[in-house]
Amino acid sequence: MAIEVRIPTILRTYTDGNKVVEGKGATIEELFADLDSRHPGLRERLVDEKGLRKFVNVYLNDEDVRFLGGLETELSDGDTVTVLPAVAGG
Amino acid sequence: MRFESLLDSVGGTPLVGLPRLSPSPEVRLWAKLDDRNPTGSVKDRPAFWMIEKAEKDGLLTPGCTILEPTSGNTGISLAMVAKLRGYQMICVMPENTSAERRQLLEMWGARIIFSPAAGGSNEAVRVAKGLAAENPDWVMLYQYGNEANARAHYESTGPELLADLPTITHFVAGLGTTGTLMGVGRYLREQVPEVKIVAAEPRYGELVYGLRNIDEGFIPELYDESVLTTRFSVGSRDALRRTRELLEQEGIFAGISTGGALHAALGMAAKAVKAGERADIAFIVADGGWKYLSTGAYNGTLEEAEARLEGQLWA
Repeated sequence: MAIEVRIPTILRTYTDGNKVVEGKGATIEELFADLDSRHPGLRERLVDEKGLRKFVNVYLNDEDVRFLGGLETELSDGDTVTVLPAVAGG
Repeated sequence: MRFESLLDSVGGTPLVGLPRLSPSPEVRLWAKLDDRNPTGSVKDRPAFWMIEKAEKDGLLTPGCTILEPTSGNTGISLAMVAKLRGYQMICVMPENTSAERRQLLEMWGARIIFSPAAGGSNEAVRVAKGLAAENPDWVMLYQYGNEANARAHYESTGPELLADLPTITHFVAGLGTTGTLMGVGRYLREQVPEVKIVAAEPRYGELVYGLRNIDEGFIPELYDESVLTTRFSVGSRDALRRTRELLEQEGIFAGISTGGALHAALGMAAKAVKAGERADIAFIVADGGWKYLSTGAYNGTLEEAEARLEGQLWA
């Protein structure tokens, strides 16, 4: 099951500079574990023991996963997951 | 309609139906034209409310200097109110905002201090906080954490929407300070069971996210996740495409962030159609397109416009 994952600039040190990486998993949690097996350290930048880190936003096909199922949000083949740092607007 | 002064005319904006963009007579879209405010944006509401509150609390006294981090609209609104009420205005603004915003700010008498483009509004907030610490006599209203920002919408935008659209099922707005969504969202949740509150968050080009560290992110103090039903991230391409559709189909000339809100509103409309449910979906036109003409958002192909917007703050 291939999921396209978009990585923000500040985390590309973990993906050899790659902007987009592929991963697999039935949930966000599994996807992050899969990514971490090839990009060690990445998972720890995204989650802590309480779940998604405070300033990390993760979107499944542009929808914030915090309003879906959090780390248990289910994924399907062809989905796009975008990781972004929380920034100010206004 | 007659008002005693310009400030008395803030709010009370029209809600217009979008017969061409609405998918069916059961699923309808409504645009609240908040560009029809004194300085041309929804931010006149929080600016007026925040200054009134600061005056009431005795924070602002004649001749005071107001300092605010802003990517433009709030600064313009504050500068207008400050001018009429006799205050000095200093804005801290990222350097990657449109030329029109600078001109408008200066026109209303504001002084601009630029913050670095990299890091976007996060940087502006950081710089402003530093300046506030160095200049204790300056008053920072701080739109990201000022309850009067959200209350402006709780007391004005929300009631206006419900009065004009008692059958409202969804409210969609851009997510910046989160003031509009928190204020309108809380009001509607109290009045309309099952109402859906949907955020459209702008997703910018790379440069804007150029933080040094992911722990340096920013979440406005006003933000309360529990008010929202869901939150979408809208990229500049979708925002631009919808901004053009709004103009093309309905004749509404709006700013780019409105295209982002429309994109999320259309997404919710499609969901309602699929589920066979009726829906009245209202979204905010936060400002008109005038301030974005120089960005080239309305000329040439979508690809060209998107490329020109790269690295700019458009909401």
